[in-house]
Amino acid sequence: MKLEMSEEQVMIRNMIREFAEKEIAPLAAELDEKEIYPAETLKKLAALGILGTIIPTEYGGAGLDNVTYAMVIEEISRKCASTGVVTSVHNSLTAWPLIKYGTEEQKKKYLPILASGEKIGAFGGTEANAGTDLGAMATTAVLKDDKYIINGSKMFITSGPRAGIIIVFAVTDKEAGARGISAFIVEDTFKGYSAGPPIEKMGIRGSLTSELIFEDMEVPKENLLGKEGAGFKIALSTLDGGRIGIASQAVGIAQAALDESVEYAMQRQQFGKPIAKFQAIQWMIAEMATKVEAARYLVYHASYKKDLGGRFSKEAAMAKLFASETAGEVTSMAVQVHGGYGYTREYTVERLFRDAKITELYEGTSEVMKMVIAGSLLR
Amino acid sequence: MNIIVCAKQVVDVSEVKVDPSTNKPVLTGIPKKISDIDKNAVEEAIKIKEKIGSGKITTITVGPPDAKEKIKELLAMGVDEGILIPAPEEFDYHVVSSLLAGAIEKIGEYDLILCGEASIDMFSGQMGPRIAGILNIPQITYALKTDASDDRIVAERNLGDKMVTTESTYPALVTVTKEINEPRLPSLMQILGAARKPIHDWTAEDVGKAGLSAMTRTLDVKGVPMERKNINFEEDLDEAVPKMVEMLAKDGVLN
Repeated sequence: MKLEMSEEQVMIRNMIREFAEKEIAPLAAELDEKEIYPAETLKKLAALGILGTIIPTEYGGAGLDNVTYAMVIEEISRKCASTGVVTSVHNSLTAWPLIKYGTEEQKKKYLPILASGEKIGAFGGTEANAGTDLGAMATTAVLKDDKYIINGSKMFITSGPRAGIIIVFAVTDKEAGARGISAFIVEDTFKGYSAGPPIEKMGIRGSLTSELIFEDMEVPKENLLGKEGAGFKIALSTLDGGRIGIASQAVGIAQAALDESVEYAMQRQQFGKPIAKFQAIQWMIAEMATKVEAARYLVYHASYKKDLGGRFSKEAAMAKLFASETAGEVTSMAVQVHGGYGYTREYTVERLFRDAKITELYEGTSEVMKMVIAGSLLR
Repeated sequence: MNIIVCAKQVVDVSEVKVDPSTNKPVLTGIPKKISDIDKNAVEEAIKIKEKIGSGKITTITVGPPDAKEKIKELLAMGVDEGILIPAPEEFDYHVVSSLLAGAIEKIGEYDLILCGEASIDMFSGQMGPRIAGILNIPQITYALKTDASDDRIVAERNLGDKMVTTESTYPALVTVTKEINEPRLPSLMQILGAARKPIHDWTAEDVGKAGLSAMTRTLDVKGVPMERKNINFEEDLDEAVPKMVEMLAKDGVLN
């Protein structure tokens, strides 16, 4: 067994690390404070090929493996979790289902504009009354001549107000339950499409989140993704991969909390010496570092399993469960290391603490992760 | 337009710590990188090639085998090929500049040589001028702006108290300053493409400079001790501020 990065992975990690340090970090606090979407950063990420990380080269992407992709999302999220999730959703939840289930025409039409960042991707699964219970969705799609007419709304959609290509799920056959859900490729310019205003959130405030509203939205028949009725399966398999992205985001947030804590502990003086000299702080730092490392390797393992091409639902769920809970614990400890200062907006750990929580909620709550893990064991 | 850039691998000086017991810099386990200003030289070469519209960029590095990893970063940026020459056990500016000049002569066809004004570890600023001297070609040092065309290069030189604009025909050697540009980050596709570009291993024999030996010796390297004065002004602000200003003025911090 080899746990070593390839030369290319090292170069890619260094490149994105340098970019994140220079271009993402200086904006992160303001994006959070004022709820500003990282539009300019996304353009720069597109120029570096990051928005097409997993998109095959023949469609304008870099065609990279999932382990490298996980590294990229971690490094971006280490400096800004909002930019991290937008990049993750764009790749994992929009590009990936197109790569996996799209027809050649669909791939040719949509993947290059995702890779170039001309349009940002989103994923329309969740509804106001259908979160964990995705099968309970109420949005409907009815085929009329050569168009599907979609009615309904989606909730908590990352990049909602800015997305140009959205994978939307809707019921095409009410009687068939989960097998009656279908997936569609929707463009923001389609008649009947609109996005609600950004929802004010606790964290990842730069990643604008909104409702999507479909009022007799006209979707060309050829924009059905996969077969009619295959939507539920597409959603679940897409979310398996999405979880690797979110787990990577969680590792990035946790690593940032560790970085900040190490630096602060070395500088902050109490009782005449740096607080790093006290065992209470040393133990917290040691625990934080160990958890971050463990989470990272779970993420790499899940990504590696995905690269192998077989099932990876369990590994992805384990990675997301552990990484997101690690992000919660480690950012909480980071605030503790910072004492009262950590509770102020002046220090980065305050933002990290707020950003971490969402990783335990979206793309499947921690409870859903446990359902997936237990389900794969208790059969 | 054939451009040659001399690029040195150095330790990341921002990571170097001085051992307080010996006052010597601790150099083991420090990450390495291409000297920052040499990266500016590479960026300038790429810009010139882009402007002229054709040509080839070659980098030459004198250093250990692990420098290849860093040379690949330059290939990803847009360099066409790299050359790595191992340094002899004992080397100095004379040895390295001779090896670089030998390699440039072996390449033969070149228009422009670009170097950083100095390396970030030693900062002697000798390499560019030495190479130009050995090759007997014109040199323009400390360029913070260049304008290259097919038959000549014009460079603005930063001489501290004044700016001088100098022009030269080719071949010429130009050393650049850190301010000249912002080195680009390679895209994912460029990083992946770098694997297909060659890095040649040349030896001192290959470049006709076998048996060189150092003419200078480094006897010692020590950190400069910087001690804080730790002065506390206990008085009220009205008294403390003028006192502090007076003290800073006396120390030459304020004019």
